[in-house]
Amino acid sequence: MGKLQAVTGNQAVAEAMRQINPDVCAAYPITPSTDIMQRFSQFVADGKVDTELVTVESEHSAMSACIGAVAAGGRVMNATSSQGLALMWEMLHIAAGDRLPIVLALVNRALSAPLNIHGDHSDGMGARDCGWIQLYSENGQEAYDNTIQAVRIAEHEDVRLPAMVCQDGFIISHSIESMEYLDDKVVKDFVGQFKPTHPLLDIDNPVTYGPLVLPDYYMEFKVAQDRAIMNAKKVTLDVAKEFEKISGRSYGLFEDYKLDGAEIVLVVLNSAAGTAKDVIDEYRSKGIKAGLLKPRLFRPFPSAEVAETLKDAKAIAVLDRADSYGGFGPLYMEIAAAMMTNGSKPTLINKIYGLGGRDFFPENAAATLDELKEIAETGKVKNHKEYIGYRG
Amino acid sequence: MKLKNWKELALGSVIPEAGNADTYNTGSWRTFRPERVEENCINCLFCWVYCPDSSVIVKDEKMSGFDYEHCKGCGICEHQCPGKKGNKAIKMVEEGK
Ligand code: SF4
Ligand code: SF4
Repeated sequence: MGKLQAVTGNQAVAEAMRQINPDVCAAYPITPSTDIMQRFSQFVADGKVDTELVTVESEHSAMSACIGAVAAGGRVMNATSSQGLALMWEMLHIAAGDRLPIVLALVNRALSAPLNIHGDHSDGMGARDCGWIQLYSENGQEAYDNTIQAVRIAEHEDVRLPAMVCQDGFIISHSIESMEYLDDKVVKDFVGQFKPTHPLLDIDNPVTYGPLVLPDYYMEFKVAQDRAIMNAKKVTLDVAKEFEKISGRSYGLFEDYKLDGAEIVLVVLNSAAGTAKDVIDEYRSKGIKAGLLKPRLFRPFPSAEVAETLKDAKAIAVLDRADSYGGFGPLYMEIAAAMMTNGSKPTLINKIYGLGGRDFFPENAAATLDELKEIAETGKVKNHKEYIGYRG
Repeated sequence: MKLKNWKELALGSVIPEAGNADTYNTGSWRTFRPERVEENCINCLFCWVYCPDSSVIVKDEKMSGFDYEHCKGCGICEHQCPGKKGNKAIKMVEEGK
């Protein structure tokens, strides 16, 4: 198969982009994603890709340039973080509503204020209602694999929607881990050619993008958009199956870690799942029935599948690295809604952790599991939602 | 007109037929309509160049009137019109008067 490498998460994504060889990329730097486009622009300068790299004056322009380029008929990619994604917000909706399959590397970082450059999920979660597919990645390998698969998912004829591939800023984007790259040709064959639906450059068939759509038609377009993003669930699984054949690595809608017979469960995204899995191992070795669910596909959210998997759990803690201030954490809300769909009612609690890059330690996972154990035994909940890992 | 259902529409609200704005009569919004004062017209066609709705009709290279089905009454043509000796060849008249 491929070659083993010691690389950072950003390096891995830049490498995936080199192998995908998109037609157009727009670049505007923002920590911690800068490194991706910096490395990629080197590939452009060295003639290793055929990409037209458009340097723009803001992220709003970057996303606008991407929208124009994909509407023209190109395969388009980009990278950003935090405020950059926030500034793209308006255009994110347009990319999704216009059904333009852009792939965006999102290196998750906290939002200002206070100004902070480290990893949390406020940016990605803030964009969860923009109509983009969201894939979350625990480590550099997953970010690389997800980037390659995202191209196929986004461009699939039943989907045709933009996708963002998320990894934790600095914790993953700037940490070196060993991972495996696929061969260039294998990736090239896997992603294939982009077949645009209504390319603006097809001058024999002129079309209009972005017209005014009034109450008599707006709902119909939104129904189509919702059906399309729901189709992404099946497409994600189909693409994963094919990807397993070329990589030997298997992916699903979420990772089920020791959930078989689990009574107490942690639900957590991205890098913190790696830390928590070690603690799950420890608890399992003590005979405690603990497990972990790590969502991979957050949009569309696989509610039915998650609910089915967690239906026999007694107590579940959902760990959010972002908050919906004044409400519950965004991941918690998904899990709570999912559990209502099949009527199973394990006790749920919500922990907000790791904001602004605050470390998530094994002790944090252990304390949460101990609390779940007590809840499972007594049925009593002290706090439905609380912040953890801060000076109190 | 029977409205299309969600499955019949082009992806992402794209309009696949070119130039179909022609079938949409924007003239119904108008509050003021442009009217020609022919004796002041020097046929410079500034009005034709500036009209945002292609509603100035030109025949044989001469200004020959307005397409009131599409003219939205913005008054740009009147503003741009140099006319003859300071007398404009277009004046805006309130609809219904
Ligand atoms: S701008 Fe005025 S003068 Fe020139 S062609 Fe139009 S109406 Fe005539
Ligand atoms: S009023 Fe406006 S829309 Fe009508 S002819 Fe003049 S410039 Fe065109």
